[in-house]
Amino acid sequence: MDDLSRQLIIERYKYPLYRGILEPHDITFADENPVCGDHIRIDLRVDEAGRVTEAAFSGEGCSVSQASADLLVESIIGKTLDEIKQLTKDDVLDLLGLELGPVRLKCALLPLKVLKGGVYGLQNADEVSLE
Amino acid sequence: MTTSISPFAVERIRADFPVLQREVHPGVPLIYLDSTATAQKPRQVIEVMNVFYRQANANIHRGIHALAEEATAAYEDARAKIARFIGAADPREIVYTRNTTESINLVAYTWARRNLQTGDVILLTEMEHHSNLVPWQIVAAEKGLRLEFVPVTEEGLLDLEAYHRLLEQHRPKLVAFTHMSNVLGTVNPAKEIIAAAHAIGALALVDGAQSVPHLPVDVEELQADFLAFSAHKMCGPTGIGALYARRELLEAMPPFLGGGDMIKKVELRSFRVNEVPHKFEAGTPAIAEAVGFGVAVDYLTSIGMEAVEAYEQSIIAYALERLSEVPGLKVFGPSAEHKGAVASFTFQGIHPHDIAYELDRDGIAVRAGHHCAMPLHNKFHIPATTRASFYIYNTRAEVDKLVEALYKVKELYG
Repeated sequence: MDDLSRQLIIERYKYPLYRGILEPHDITFADENPVCGDHIRIDLRVDEAGRVTEAAFSGEGCSVSQASADLLVESIIGKTLDEIKQLTKDDVLDLLGLELGPVRLKCALLPLKVLKGGVYGLQNADEVSLE
Repeated sequence: MTTSISPFAVERIRADFPVLQREVHPGVPLIYLDSTATAQKPRQVIEVMNVFYRQANANIHRGIHALAEEATAAYEDARAKIARFIGAADPREIVYTRNTTESINLVAYTWARRNLQTGDVILLTEMEHHSNLVPWQIVAAEKGLRLEFVPVTEEGLLDLEAYHRLLEQHRPKLVAFTHMSNVLGTVNPAKEIIAAAHAIGALALVDGAQSVPHLPVDVEELQADFLAFSAHKMCGPTGIGALYARRELLEAMPPFLGGGDMIKKVELRSFRVNEVPHKFEAGTPAIAEAVGFGVAVDYLTSIGMEAVEAYEQSIIAYALERLSEVPGLKVFGPSAEHKGAVASFTFQGIHPHDIAYELDRDGIAVRAGHHCAMPLHNKFHIPATTRASFYIYNTRAEVDKLVEALYKVKELYG
């Protein structure tokens, strides 16, 4: 990953803008990567039109997973749930601005997995597909 | 240990490893501290495999032509070398497998399935690699066996008092344990553990994946019933390993994989097994790799395993000393005299992925994660560690570079 992206990630990791818990919330979902201990929870508030009015993430893990969560949550405020359902892993990588190997790709995509789990109203994190 | 490798010899050894010449990023040379995952290969091992494919490649055991005879001889000579290396009296007590994992699975699927009954106990430890846990979990589920575990102390040593109690209490049929932990570096007192197991009528399986590459290991001295190890962790190629087992055990065990070469005779509906160890070597094996394995053994023998052990002792003592200077850095495992050259650590709440990534920017290769020992990490309540491991081609200067780089990580993520 290049220097600028790395700086952005460390910046958002150390000083996240959207870390927190929303109580009450309309949607919440959490998942983890047990292999490395990355854990992400995302809370959303949604208006009658299905638009996200507030969003926050909480959890712990490596800089890539946490920064990805912060950037992802920032990007979905004002989006409808349908628009969020269209998000792909390439959108996440564009936000982060970098190329990742397979191990760290999993870290970067964990927040998207959590977001989709919540937005699709799934019971089980295993059901989330990012295809 | 009285012998030790002089600094000069380390440089001579380093010169044998071509990969150490490479730059990981422009202008950044490789500092390879991940030998516990896989060791680098000396050119002697690389070249013998090339030469084999260029000049002597043929299938083994069945051919009459010159190349077949040469290939068979090379394959079986390597087997004999491997046997001598671990002090086995008879080359027929060495079964070639794919790796340590396959060796342990072989024992689980043949010896354990044939000999254990519902309610029988297998005694393992809390510090085992998944390869010495999962095969037993599989067989235990299949046959209604019970698994019990020798606890690990806070210091990272096996609780030997608890071990003796568990032996008495559970009377296991098999004790399977790691000779050297790939996370803590702990070297377990194998001879004593095996003797105690035998005293209550249990067999003993030793996971030698880390010990055989780094310490002198003698199966006669240890009285091990089974010893599993891999070529790739001892400067040999991937794709080949070995299971040592006492001859009587191998004779009595049913075959593992079925197919060509492990048979004496085949009819449409039946077969007769071949002699030991061929009985357990079905199909065309990794022949060039076996030859490479033999040369890896030659290479380590030429240095001498006592010398290897002594050198690594001095490196880990130095590494632990330097790492202890770094504030917020905690190394897991016992003090230097109880361990091999492995240092798994946490560092001020900085995630191991981030540590490993930053170290890589300086060309330093370490490993981040649970290192195939999730239960051990659970025991210490940490999801992951960063692991630096050292082998015959690492130097004190590299330890210094590691520490320097860790200070940089602290600044970045502090």
